[in-house]
Amino acid sequence: MTNHWNDLKNSDVILVIGGNPAENHPASMLWVNRAREERKARFLVVDPRLTRTAARADLYAPIRSGTDIVFLGGLIRHTIERRLYNGEYVRAYTNALTLVDKEYKGPAHLDGYFSGFDAAKKTYNPATWQYQVETATVGGKTTAVPKMAQRLDDPSCVFAHLRRHYARYTPEMVERVCGTPKDVFLKVAETFCATGNPAKSGSILYAMGQTQHTVGSQNVRAMAILQLLLGNIGVPGGGVNALRGESNVQGSTDMALLFHDLPGYLGCPSEAQSDFATFAGRWDTTSFWVNGPKFFVSLMKAWWGPAATKDNDWAYHYLPKTGGNYSWIPLFEALYAGKIKGLITMGQNPAVCGPNARFERKALGNLDWMVVMDLFETETAGFWHGPGVDPKTIKTEVFLLPAADAMEKAGSVVTSGRMIQWRDQVSTPPGDAKEDIWILDRMCRAIKAAYKGSGAARNRPIVDLAWDYGDPPSAAAVAREVNGVALEEVKDATGKVLAEPGKTIASFAIIAAAADPGTIACGCWIYSGYFHPVDDGTGTLMPAAKRRGLKDPGGLGIYPFWGWAWPANRRILYNRASARPDGRPWSEDKKLIWWDAEAKKWVGYDVPDFPPTKPPDAAAVPGGLGLAAQGGTDAFLMKADGKGWLFAPKGLNDGPVPEHYEPLESPIRNLLSGVQVNPVVKVWATDRDKDVGDRVGAADRFPIVCTTYRLTEQWQAGAMSRTLPWLVETQPDMFVELSRELAQEKGIKNGDPVLIISARGRVRAVAMVTGRFKPLRVDGKILHQVGMPWHYGWLGHATGDSANDLTPHVGDANTMIPEYKAFLVDLTKAEV
Amino acid sequence: MIVDRRDFLKAVSVTAGGVLLPKGAEAEAQAARFPLHKRVMEARSICPYCSVGCGVIIATDQAGHIVNTEGDPEHPINRGGLDPKSVSIPQLSNSPLRLKTVQYRAPGSDRWESKPWEWAIGEIAKRVKNTRDATFIEKNAAGVPVNRTEAIAWLGGAANNSEDCYLGAKLMRALGVVYLEHQARV
Repeated sequence: MTNHWNDLKNSDVILVIGGNPAENHPASMLWVNRAREERKARFLVVDPRLTRTAARADLYAPIRSGTDIVFLGGLIRHTIERRLYNGEYVRAYTNALTLVDKEYKGPAHLDGYFSGFDAAKKTYNPATWQYQVETATVGGKTTAVPKMAQRLDDPSCVFAHLRRHYARYTPEMVERVCGTPKDVFLKVAETFCATGNPAKSGSILYAMGQTQHTVGSQNVRAMAILQLLLGNIGVPGGGVNALRGESNVQGSTDMALLFHDLPGYLGCPSEAQSDFATFAGRWDTTSFWVNGPKFFVSLMKAWWGPAATKDNDWAYHYLPKTGGNYSWIPLFEALYAGKIKGLITMGQNPAVCGPNARFERKALGNLDWMVVMDLFETETAGFWHGPGVDPKTIKTEVFLLPAADAMEKAGSVVTSGRMIQWRDQVSTPPGDAKEDIWILDRMCRAIKAAYKGSGAARNRPIVDLAWDYGDPPSAAAVAREVNGVALEEVKDATGKVLAEPGKTIASFAIIAAAADPGTIACGCWIYSGYFHPVDDGTGTLMPAAKRRGLKDPGGLGIYPFWGWAWPANRRILYNRASARPDGRPWSEDKKLIWWDAEAKKWVGYDVPDFPPTKPPDAAAVPGGLGLAAQGGTDAFLMKADGKGWLFAPKGLNDGPVPEHYEPLESPIRNLLSGVQVNPVVKVWATDRDKDVGDRVGAADRFPIVCTTYRLTEQWQAGAMSRTLPWLVETQPDMFVELSRELAQEKGIKNGDPVLIISARGRVRAVAMVTGRFKPLRVDGKILHQVGMPWHYGWLGHATGDSANDLTPHVGDANTMIPEYKAFLVDLTKAEV
Repeated sequence: MIVDRRDFLKAVSVTAGGVLLPKGAEAEAQAARFPLHKRVMEARSICPYCSVGCGVIIATDQAGHIVNTEGDPEHPINRGGLDPKSVSIPQLSNSPLRLKTVQYRAPGSDRWESKPWEWAIGEIAKRVKNTRDATFIEKNAAGVPVNRTEAIAWLGGAANNSEDCYLGAKLMRALGVVYLEHQARV
């Protein structure tokens, strides 16, 4: 979330699209309700199904799953054509006025493609997506800087391109493609786009309903563009707010348990980056990322201590270099192909949660060995005795290690709003169950012992690994390293001492200011400060993440003394934009930070997301290093040009602005262009002819759109809910939800057993016939949608087929997140 | 923060109990019929399910087993509210299905066997080393150091603490693991 849970109370309009907080984040509705009660906020829900959230909405708009870009594009068009955008915000804080390369062409001109498409490689060359540049000379030094238009109607500027691009996304097109009645769409548009008023703010909440599509990244981009146009980023009650699914999926992402990343979003080097200097080229030198190399050095010191030196590029080559895409789907393709021999899992159940789960379970049988750290025997740990599997044919050795649950160990978790809260151990693990850090510590010690004395270069990363968290290992010791500790006296360039040896550092500003970043070991720079002793608002010092201070200056629900939010205890990101370009708040009601001309600094209720003493009228210095290159209104300081990007010249594989493509499996042809599916998605062809292969279903055989979702009373792949009697009693069975109309057409009654069939396989479920799904009229034809929870498997007290046995093995063009939310099925009544 | 529930109840009974229960000898007889023998400890924690981060008050008995969960009324996000999952935390902790010993399944076997930790850790370390050594790629075709193994994969865990995740990432990267993924991707 750019904002946070309590901040929902500051919203004037809350739009939920692709999420279901009343079901999946129930406590958050407290703050939605508070906004409605105290501010008369409007609550809008766009979803394929009348969800528990939609049931509470002022207005519910049905949508065909997989068409969000058309809906959001329609809102963008409405905002632009009705001039509802916050013009002052858009001109000052976004790249609306920046001129785009003259050769750039978009899908409106190229029938669905952007310029630069290589049909043979199925990739884009983004050369024509770049800004026009001109040169600026300062102090005899000439630098290329983006060329700017004077007015938003300059035909070459970003804003004009955006307007042309979305001209096709009319209310009529929304109705034809999404199946949302035009009048309902227009009510959503009128209500939400009214938050372009500078005194108002609107929040967008979304979850996997946006990301689990082959256009998932562009769905999120579409929301960001809309919010930038309306001036809703950086302000109380605004934001693009991802509602994350697990108690610590934000933290596990921050810690980079993802192939492409290192802790703190520093990126994992690829083999094209043959040395540290080349790798360091990934960080812009005209943004705050100018400090990227320093954060990286402090990470290398945390991992390899004295073995990471300036002379060996800070142990750069101790890190593995990626040679391709190793994300979830390719991982299971490699497993299926027999290339992966060993798998370690920690609190993860791919046998239920992976796309085309039957294929993924089958792939597990190709492992030589598997280690599972979990609370229960999961379907993954026990895949070798699952339904239809003969254990004799499975050669995989499995080590199932009993882990302590969250109450039985210490450590921290991060809310969706980036707020870190520490948990002490409060209960005793059962039997021989152990804390995960104990298990990892013992594994690491045993592996290090096996390599002891090896002088081979390939083994140095293990032999030299800095690993001492006590015995037994303590979570607090790990937390200190993640926070960052001074290895020796840390000094800035003038010799001023910034941190004492052995002490935690207060902030990543110390790493940025250090003359030698190798004097600090910091495991995750964005967490710098979370375990540093600070005031809880009463004068008592304690590690920041343990605080329970309830002071709330400003009454905005910021609670700066409760826990600690990354980065820098900042609760609302990009909050420079909560003030006008001149530094005054947009309104008294929504004031968050502002420029105090007398004190010559930014003041207010949140930690400014801006250099604390840079005045609003500060000029950018072309050729300046880092934030010196940015001016007093460059509110997006992580971007090379300091602007919020309405148009993304880099960073995306599938175009600088979101364009609609149909899901891989779709009931209709794309009405926006001749390009049916996102042209840069990768569709594997591992096993096309076999039963579990990654086959693609066609609409004539599978005419119904299916989506998957979660329930309040179950959780994720089920290990922590299908095992608990109370939860099992409330949601005992795998079901498929369908409309009364489809039920009648198929001769199915509520409670009947049915089979749901896709190109991957079939699952059995209980029919739940409701009025929550309604047939949609899409391009003139009646279309049915159904939905299934994905929590079920064959172990635990509540058992049932896994919905993911039906989902396709295809992912988003940028993130490779699977397309769980829109695929094709048919269903029939099953034998009892 | 640890609160002794018995002390709390004693304090409450002076006021609320005085209204609810008959006075004098009858009240004493009532109290004798419902004696508080067990000390119950309370501590504050955070719910392990979704990402709202609700505060919970966990009550434990003297053996450290969880006997109850309530919403933390002071917590600024949930203000005492909880959903059915958070309320079920005692069942998560006390489930008879929880793993209590290391389980091992041999190739082709149709059963689990209980094993000691020491044995399991040693065997796992051997397999990690053997697989890594047999598949390690020091340099690519162009001679660039790549130091990776594509034969070991890691999955997990979004339900783990950040400190667990950090150690997982650190250990895996040191081994040269590149197939490093978890729930955030799916």
